[in-house]
Amino acid sequence: MALLEISSLSKSFRGLRAVANASLEVPEHGIVALIGPNGAGKTTIFNIAAGVYAPDGGEIRFAGRRIDGLRPDQICAAGIGRTFQIVKPFAGLSVLDNVIVGALQRCRTVSDARALAARVLDQLGLGGKRDLPASSLTLPDRKRLEVARALATRPQLLLLDEVMAGLRPTECDQMVEVFRELNSRDGLTILLIEHVMRAVMALARQIVVLHHGEIIARGAPAEVVRNSAVLECYLGEDAEV
Amino acid sequence: MNRRAQTLLALLALALLVLPAFASNYVMSVATLILFFAFTGQAWNVMMGFAGQLSLGHSLYVGVGAYTAAGLFFHYGLGPWAGLWLAILLCVLLGAAIGFLAFRFGISGVYFALLTIAFAEFTRIGFDHIDWLGGPGGLFIKVAQRDQIDLLNFRGPPAMYYYAMLALAAGALALCAWLLRSRAGYYWQAIREDEEAAQALGINTFRWKMLAVILSAAMTAVSGVFFAFYYNNLFPEQIFHISRSIEIILGPIIGGIGTLFGPILGAAVLTLLADGITELMSAFGIEIPGVKQVFYGIVLLVVIMFLPNGIWPTLARRLGIARQR
Repeated sequence: MALLEISSLSKSFRGLRAVANASLEVPEHGIVALIGPNGAGKTTIFNIAAGVYAPDGGEIRFAGRRIDGLRPDQICAAGIGRTFQIVKPFAGLSVLDNVIVGALQRCRTVSDARALAARVLDQLGLGGKRDLPASSLTLPDRKRLEVARALATRPQLLLLDEVMAGLRPTECDQMVEVFRELNSRDGLTILLIEHVMRAVMALARQIVVLHHGEIIARGAPAEVVRNSAVLECYLGEDAEV
Repeated sequence: MNRRAQTLLALLALALLVLPAFASNYVMSVATLILFFAFTGQAWNVMMGFAGQLSLGHSLYVGVGAYTAAGLFFHYGLGPWAGLWLAILLCVLLGAAIGFLAFRFGISGVYFALLTIAFAEFTRIGFDHIDWLGGPGGLFIKVAQRDQIDLLNFRGPPAMYYYAMLALAAGALALCAWLLRSRAGYYWQAIREDEEAAQALGINTFRWKMLAVILSAAMTAVSGVFFAFYYNNLFPEQIFHISRSIEIILGPIIGGIGTLFGPILGAAVLTLLADGITELMSAFGIEIPGVKQVFYGIVLLVVIMFLPNGIWPTLARRLGIARQR
């Protein structure tokens, strides 16, 4: 059984169909990438899964339980962590305190949370910057902090919204390595939205392509990049490949 | 807190403890006023400084707290120790009502601040029509006999009020220091910095914002009870007035919003300077109404221009004390 099952999901904003009848599944311990041109509805699907919006139609099940329409904090408690495309650090707090907030979701005491947060920061290579204010971090570090905070909530499923954007290729590869390790060692399931194909090809075992709110292709990475419908939506009808 | 900060704090505590042995009644009244604003500012800081919810109507809780305890004393001879609990209960209910309305229906930011003003204002107008509590003519309770201490009814010499306020201010400081290090402190600051991100990390923002409002209201109720028994007279026009709310929040703003010592430092700076300018004016024989307010405005401008985070963060660095957040 899939860990996350999204079935026939629809959502409109003032008449604009952002997501139309989209279904996708993320198997347990799997890594699935959701790709598509800008405005395809990827972030909308994420936001529905994370509880920001309730869907107009369809349902979402996590580990067999219906979660669509729950509040974001309830979704986090259920075991889904997320990052934001536009990073949202707690700017006035230190890097460590940022992650402690997430860790408190699973820890009974602040000192336990501090220990967990320190471990997560080391894992993401932010250990040396733990006492800096989050506002002083560079964009790549803010992206890492975003991931660290979500990981500290000990999710079963991690939703990553364009965490590679703005990273240099080497930084991107480091990040890919971190997610691979989390996936293979801890069994973390990952659903990611990503434009950086270098990361998508390295991580995803399955790719789902969204265009105008509809899913136009899905499959293994090597198949999807040769799919004519996918090439059409990215490059235009007359493109010659 | 490092060694140096501990030493300075101990010295300050010692100085405040022995102050009544040396100080005149005038100095005592100024010191009591500083502690009153330090405590009330600390209460407001829980809501705004920690949880980021701006209240511009804290005079509501001071007034309701004061009138509740004073009314019980005036009509039934019930001392403040009994009235205190009813005062706290009423203020908690009011805070919960405001919080529920705002947070349930997504009223935030300046609109939340407007809601707090509205509650304070209509309570002020309402109290003008409660004859049982003296209406606009005011409520007067029996003035304290200054030579004997009657703890049961909280009547006594200035030193008694001073020590009571000192205990409250110290207690509030300790409570807030503990809160900041607890789960509540982390959650509140997360909500203050970015509510959406806080919620995504599993924080039930409604519940924790409610807690901040309720705690702040309860603490402010206590300062209202003190106010009633210290000044012995209450007028709706004064105690619920928005200028009272502004007076309460200036201390923490000048001192440093969200810091532990900001409210204390701000209260001291503002009270001492306001008293200083009043003295100076009368020494020169100048009597212009509103000078104190103009002066407040100027100080506020200068502090915001040069120290946008308040005086305390900069001062703490100068004193060699580590970050006090």
